[in-house]
Amino acid sequence: MALSVEEVVSKTKEIVAPWKDRQGGLIPVLQAVQKEFGYLTPDAMRTVSTEMRIPTAEIYGVATFYAQFHLKPRGRHVIRVCRGTACHVRGSLKILDKVKETLHVKENDTTEDLRFTLEPVACIGACGLAPVIMVDDQTFGRLVPDKVPDIIAQFE
Amino acid sequence: MALYRAHVLVCGGTGCVSSGSEGVLTALKERIAAKKLDNEVMVVPTGCHGMCEMGPIVVVYPEGVFYCRVTPEDAQEIVEEHLFKGRRVERLLYKESETLKGVPNYKDIPFYSKQVRVALRNCGYINPDNIEEYIVRDGYAALTKVLTEMQPADVIAEVKTSGLRGRGGGGFPTGLKWEFCARAAGDKKYVICNADEGDPGAFMDRSILEGDPHAILEGLLIGGYAMGADEAYIYCRAEYPLAIKRLQRAIEQAKEYGLLGDNILDSGFSFDVHIKEGAGAFVCGEETALMASIEGQRGMPRPRPPFPANKGLWAKPTNINNVETWANVPTIIRNGGAWYAAMGTEKSKGTKVFALTGKINHTGLVEVPMGLTIREVVFDLGGGILGGKKFKAVQIGGPSGGCLTEEHLDLPISYESLTAAGAIMGSGGLVVMDEETCMVDVAKFFLEFTQAESCGKCVPCREGTKQMLLMLNKITSGEGTLEDLDTLEELALMVKEMSLCGLGQTAPNPVLTTLRYFRDEYEAHIVEKRCPAGACSALLRYIIDPERCRRCGLCAKACPVSCISGDRQTPYVIDQDKCIKCGACYEKCPFDAIDRR
Ligand SMILES: Cc1cc2nc3c(=O)[nH]c(=O)nc-3n(C[C@H](O)[C@H](O)[C@H](O)COP(=O)(O)O)c2cc1C
Ligand code: FES
Repeated sequence: MALSVEEVVSKTKEIVAPWKDRQGGLIPVLQAVQKEFGYLTPDAMRTVSTEMRIPTAEIYGVATFYAQFHLKPRGRHVIRVCRGTACHVRGSLKILDKVKETLHVKENDTTEDLRFTLEPVACIGACGLAPVIMVDDQTFGRLVPDKVPDIIAQFE
Repeated sequence: MALYRAHVLVCGGTGCVSSGSEGVLTALKERIAAKKLDNEVMVVPTGCHGMCEMGPIVVVYPEGVFYCRVTPEDAQEIVEEHLFKGRRVERLLYKESETLKGVPNYKDIPFYSKQVRVALRNCGYINPDNIEEYIVRDGYAALTKVLTEMQPADVIAEVKTSGLRGRGGGGFPTGLKWEFCARAAGDKKYVICNADEGDPGAFMDRSILEGDPHAILEGLLIGGYAMGADEAYIYCRAEYPLAIKRLQRAIEQAKEYGLLGDNILDSGFSFDVHIKEGAGAFVCGEETALMASIEGQRGMPRPRPPFPANKGLWAKPTNINNVETWANVPTIIRNGGAWYAAMGTEKSKGTKVFALTGKINHTGLVEVPMGLTIREVVFDLGGGILGGKKFKAVQIGGPSGGCLTEEHLDLPISYESLTAAGAIMGSGGLVVMDEETCMVDVAKFFLEFTQAESCGKCVPCREGTKQMLLMLNKITSGEGTLEDLDTLEELALMVKEMSLCGLGQTAPNPVLTTLRYFRDEYEAHIVEKRCPAGACSALLRYIIDPERCRRCGLCAKACPVSCISGDRQTPYVIDQDKCIKCGACYEKCPFDAIDRR
């Protein structure tokens, strides 16, 4: 399953190619790299650096600045628990605790079997249904802690 | 276009989709086809109707009958009863909260009757994926008018007359900002749509992007023409995948129709729009940070001046406006600035979209003229407090805003009045809180947010918010002193005064307003070691009343740390040293034998 270094390098080069001589390409390139490999692997970042002639330190700076970029492998599914205001006043902390308890996982961490990554997020934009969680691209609203295990069970 | 005798609108906003509206849409289509009504009745997926709490929402025209909480199973009844036999399905109508009588018509529901929809005018009415539906609703008429009848300066004058102010938080007069950019020297200029919508509790931009993407494109086109820009960027949060998809589709369609690209409508004006996905940083909503992010750097704000109007994206003159601001522009041009300025208050003109959330009956989006009171919005439109509890406060303006109390309920909403009361308009998020919300906890909650989102460039914001948060943690865990309150206030004022950008300058607002209006709650945490709202878990104690305990043992089973002991003969007790105050026993007890103090 794991890709060889050569494969990572050549795939990354393909992603960088259309952006080589254009302005403002770093973030879209990193987004595409992450989409391809699931996270920003060291080999991919080094390739981006040489191909785009941007120092690795700068790339690392950008990658760690934005919450969306990950330097570690991630689970097959991502659970985003909204910790926005609307959800907070309707009890999102209890939902978060329930997810942590059910999966034995901490915030911003991944279960050992790589099934789930848990991410608290600031607002999903479905505040009308607070409290809300998102699993991958699906939104679940009007939650109570007891509903959490059923939702989790839907994702393998 | 073919003629249909009825249209069935199914909400496809994020709220309704997560309540299952896609299943409803499919079921309706199937049932209609099965009844062979598909050449008389059209089913249209639309953007958000605003009343997310009651979703999935289905509206049947021409009558305008409003059905809520519709399930796929209900589809059959709607088709057979309403569309086939012409009888309303009473059971699914919106019920008036007091009389519980069904309200058949959309327009008569209090949530909608006070609204005046300008920015949201197409949300929930049209299929956002179809440019023709936008055009039928006078879409791109303003663009045509501008390109054929108006000089750039006329456009700016019209926007100035309207009195439109930035809906992204600052409230700066839009026409004036356009004029600065139009006057700036340089032949290459940019316009930007700020769709980063970072304020938790606000989702109006999302609804507009998803429900009416062409309005934003038209706004950008008009702005581009007025300021002499030929390129636009829409900077949209990556958390809004549907919005991005709809925008992409809208851009493709506008290009097909010759409304984007070179020499639009033969006017000689050319314009192109790009979408940039944000990467998850709140501070990128700040305009200079946003531009740094488009350029591919860390999204950190820089001091202004120079202002973007002179030196913006790639150092070229740039004008940046919020989604809702742009969405107002086409209607202002079509109906005239004076029409828009006739609504609202003396200094805050027009309408504003608010996101009603929290402990309120009708959560959702409403657009009302400026100058309505908070009471009208929260009680008349929002239907009052959830579960009949007591109103305590409303938080306005997101993490940069403040909490207002009962005494402000009759305050007419405007930029000026809110600022005077210590809050801000912000993006228009109204989070309603009841007696069970702890105001110290709320202040801490916001500070946790701003502290985590501080980009770290300037010291007052980076270190100041951290220290304030430590103090609030101390207070909510019962270890605060009264001196802490003074230090907290002093520090808050300093951070407000000395920070580089709007994030730090406004981060102390929630602390300052809660200190101002709810000092007694802070004092209760410190002096009595008690949280009056019963929300701060460190100060809570759960106690089983031996008299009421029926010794069923459910509490002991629910306890995740096994600190409850007892048996069939002896009433159960909680070991206070081991208790983690999760409240699981309290929720499980069938006899209400557990007290929370
Ligand atoms: C920390 C911070 C976050 C901001 N976030 C947003 C945002 O999410 N959306 C937005 O439109 N404006 C945001 N702004 C305001 C922008 O800097 C800018 O004023 C606005 O986009 C201008 O558009 P307007 O004049 O139409 O309001 C933010 C400002 C600050 C200081
Ligand atoms: S606050 Fe949770 S979705 Fe907005």
